[in-house]
Amino acid sequence: MSIIEIKNLTKIYDGSGFEVKAVNGINLSFEKGEFAAIVGPSGSGKTTLLNMLGGLDHPTSGEVIVDGQNIWKLKSRKLTDFRLYNIGFVFQAYNLIPVLTAKENVEFIMHLQGRSKKERDSRTRELMQAVGLEERMNSRPSKLSGGQQQRVAVARALASKPKFILADEPTANLDSKSTETLLDIMEHLNKEEDITFIFSTHDARVVKKARRVITIEDGKVKSDEVR
Amino acid sequence: MNNLKIAWRNLWRNKRRTVVTSASIFFGVIFATIMTSMQEGSYDTMVDNIVKFYSGYIQVFNENYWENKTINNTYEITDSLLKKIENVEEITHFSPRLESFALASSSDITKGALVIGIDPEKEDQVTEVSKWLKKGSYLKPGDQGILLGMDFAKYLQLDVNDTLIMLGQGFHGISAAGIFPVRGILEFSSPELNKVIYMELASCQEFYSAYNRVTSLVIMLKDHYDIPVALKKMKESIHAPYDVMTWEEMLPELVQMIEADRAGGVVMKVILYMIIGFGIFGTIMMMVQERRREMGVMVAIGMQRIKLGNILFLETILIGFIGAFTGIFGSLPIIGYYYNNPIRLTGEAAKAMIDMGIEPLMTFSWMPPIFYNQALTVFILTLLIGIYPVYKTLKLRIDQALRA
Repeated sequence: MSIIEIKNLTKIYDGSGFEVKAVNGINLSFEKGEFAAIVGPSGSGKTTLLNMLGGLDHPTSGEVIVDGQNIWKLKSRKLTDFRLYNIGFVFQAYNLIPVLTAKENVEFIMHLQGRSKKERDSRTRELMQAVGLEERMNSRPSKLSGGQQQRVAVARALASKPKFILADEPTANLDSKSTETLLDIMEHLNKEEDITFIFSTHDARVVKKARRVITIEDGKVKSDEVR
Repeated sequence: MNNLKIAWRNLWRNKRRTVVTSASIFFGVIFATIMTSMQEGSYDTMVDNIVKFYSGYIQVFNENYWENKTINNTYEITDSLLKKIENVEEITHFSPRLESFALASSSDITKGALVIGIDPEKEDQVTEVSKWLKKGSYLKPGDQGILLGMDFAKYLQLDVNDTLIMLGQGFHGISAAGIFPVRGILEFSSPELNKVIYMELASCQEFYSAYNRVTSLVIMLKDHYDIPVALKKMKESIHAPYDVMTWEEMLPELVQMIEADRAGGVVMKVILYMIIGFGIFGTIMMMVQERRREMGVMVAIGMQRIKLGNILFLETILIGFIGAFTGIFGSLPIIGYYYNNPIRLTGEAAKAMIDMGIEPLMTFSWMPPIFYNQALTVFILTLLIGIYPVYKTLKLRIDQALRA
């Protein structure tokens, strides 16, 4: 059964005197536990699609249905709450909160969910262990390497126990070794904990690991290959 | 991780900027506090001096006297009235007066004059009349003589031990006439007071046939900060046919003068706080602009915009608080020092003050409102500026912020 359904999703940007169809009538669905990569050249509409999927960018038309709920019918506050409880985000530039330590960054999202300190502590420890950064829990992001920051970002994305994780070019700023480590961690979490991962990427190493590859060009799905 | 903790840490992300912004508030607050303290200190001195000169802080009249200042609108001081006044602990001294007018003559010259009957001892405690004595001696209890203002004495070509003839209308139209020896000549710094005639109260009452009657009781307090409490107590116990008035009601032109001067200070402070305000606003604008992406991330991962707005609002308030409180604490030793060691003026300014009978000192005020009003102003200022980041958060477009 699909947990995400995308129906005729379109995003048109108004330029000066012309329109740009960044996403053009895409229909897709994702099952629980998928490890899917959305690939395509720069400007093909990958990030726009991911943003609409994650409730960050309003579609011009179409629907994003998560567990039977069209998320774009939700009011702003409800949509924020929806993201908080259902979606984990991993961004290209890590985007950790610089004034918080690695531990606090992971904990932060659970704090927003109103979870108890005991629960926060134990889950943070568990996640930091899962991403191999238990020793660096009290370091601020500025004291961590890019790869370490991205691993903290993965832990943060998982902290809220989301239904799925959206990762926008998560390896774009990482070296080979960090990319390998990160992908192994994500693959492990996907297999062991049945967490759904959807990436946008044009990194061949990510594509190689993905079990489903959706290719987008000019805002349209060119191919959808399940391995 | 509560909002305050995040806001506090955010504040120190860019230490130099926070320090510079807080320093601008710090210096602004110090300047405004010292300026206000100096201004209020000089008003306190001015009021206390002028009040000690003649009017006292409060006076008790017959309820009709202020509207129609005739000797018929006088009253007798009853024991009950005296008791009520003595019960007000803020009152340090009080003195009865009988005031009216008379024609005063010496040989060929005649002139109208204000005649003030006083209790020499009590009046001296209230207005220190004796310190203005230029020639002769001060009045004694039961004295039948008079004291003349310098200008009046000169006009009538009178000196100590000369006699003055006075004619006037007494209580309920009775003719008032008498010859009085000049006991002394007073030289006040106020030209108005240099035209008056002082008499001993009983002698004055006899002259006007206004036995036991007075026009007013002049009340002295420790300082004018005691007025509200003393006035409240007096108004609660003293009713018709009496009327209780403060110096502010009796000397409205002095109040206007202080208010006009204070308005000048307010304009200065408004300009100062506008400069500070735009400084803070510039910092907050930069801060919001620099952190757009981070704000986008926080909302993206599930933080409600209003909560994020609260954090930014708190940061703005904290900058203001740091500046305001350090400024107030910085100004305390300076004001404290000058409060205890007023600046002694020299030159023309000093001369003008001495001529007015005021010690040539620039005094500072130590009243709490001088300090907390600055904190309140900065708080309101930052409160207003804090609306900006909240507004920007509420209007934030996440997709654009993430690309910032």
